[in-house]
Amino acid sequence: MNINLILIFVIVLLVLFAWFTYNSLATGKVRIKEALSGIDVQLKRRVDLVPNLIQTVKGYAKHEKQLLENVTKARSSLMNASTTQQKASSDNMLSSALKSLIAISESYPDLKASKNFLQLQEELSDIEAKIAYARQFYNTNVGAYNSTLVNFPGSIIGSMFGYKSEDFFETTDAERKNVKVSF
Amino acid sequence: MNIYSQINSNKLKTWVIISLFIAFITTVVYVYGKSLGYGLSYAGIALIISGVMSFISYYYSDKIILGMSGAKLIKKSDNPELFRVVENLCIGAGLPMPKIYVIDDSAPNAFATGRDPKHAIVCVTTGILDKLNKTELEGVIAHELSHIKNFDIRVMSVVTILVGLVALLADMFMRSMWYGGSRKSRESNNSQSIFLFIGIILAILSPLIATIIQLAISRKREFLADASGALLTRYPEGLASALAKIAKDKEPLEAANNATAHLYIENPFKGKISGSWFANLFNTHPPIEERIKILRSM
Repeated sequence: MNINLILIFVIVLLVLFAWFTYNSLATGKVRIKEALSGIDVQLKRRVDLVPNLIQTVKGYAKHEKQLLENVTKARSSLMNASTTQQKASSDNMLSSALKSLIAISESYPDLKASKNFLQLQEELSDIEAKIAYARQFYNTNVGAYNSTLVNFPGSIIGSMFGYKSEDFFETTDAERKNVKVSF
Repeated sequence: MNIYSQINSNKLKTWVIISLFIAFITTVVYVYGKSLGYGLSYAGIALIISGVMSFISYYYSDKIILGMSGAKLIKKSDNPELFRVVENLCIGAGLPMPKIYVIDDSAPNAFATGRDPKHAIVCVTTGILDKLNKTELEGVIAHELSHIKNFDIRVMSVVTILVGLVALLADMFMRSMWYGGSRKSRESNNSQSIFLFIGIILAILSPLIATIIQLAISRKREFLADASGALLTRYPEGLASALAKIAKDKEPLEAANNATAHLYIENPFKGKISGSWFANLFNTHPPIEERIKILRSM
């Protein structure tokens, strides 16, 4: 009688424990998805800004074909990226391509002084900062979720219900080396 | 305790504080009523009034506080740089964009208020905008956004109004003693004089007790907001040097009063620094040197 009661109590406790762990994993997953859409919003802003920038630069610096092509390529690869990993690496590519595009303005005084260009440049650096913060928020959420998943009892509940660890929004070293922009 | 359980405990705390205050105010008013010769019905009225006041403080505390400090709402075009800093950090913290208010005062200070992140307000003085550089401003804004994210704003705004109410009641009691004296009542003079005695003691002590509770809550929240703000910018030195600058500035903030002092990022009165435990009991903020030291050791 007494032992039965204790047994029931222990089972109830275990179920509650599993329930809470499951919920925290599910919530973590939703938070990650939300954070990723936060990054997407900023990436989309940048993607939308690029054609404008290219038009402006073209008006002053026609000869920088290679650079402009790099930017266009990176932009379309970012638009077609579907996984987090792809997004991260093509975003990095676009970042450095844009950086070199901005850098050539030094050799074109008219471009540098253009009001339109200055405004675009300012907007671009604002988006850049926002992407960085959105990434940080995403990575914080991924970190919290992943640590629940590797620690007990999340590790057991996670493998029972097929939860897998999520990728951080960052590029691997190999991918970083691929991004080379020639002047 | 991680940040999410902090948030939950803060939400719970709001309700506990509200119920405790209602009980406290009802008791106090009951004693006041008794000692002045009014009947029990006054305790009932007090219960209703404090209930209504709590309701008001929950929904309108932000507006009352902003009204008290004379802050003005600004648009993005008024200060795009400030807006960008707030926008960026909001993205980093996963918060919706708060409304931004500015107080026209050259003393550098800032506070956040509202009842939840969707109805949040960040308020800065023109002094803080002039005197801090961008990374320092980011540190300060991150601190304020942490108050919003941790639901400190709800706890502190509600507490502000309720503490004010206790002070008001005590004040009313003392005044009615001067002007009304004790009304003629059917009760025996003996029991009334006992209640009068308790009433006077309560009138003196209750604002004090309410304030000490308020301040104890406030000081704890500051450390937490410093830490989570530093986590947000990943640069504790920004907030540390902002605090150092604010501490060095000796100008008091005119818009602040006793009820709103604890909301600000740093004590707006710039009072003398005292180390005794009794004086520390009445500090709205932990010592700024200690906050800077903790930030610099992160």
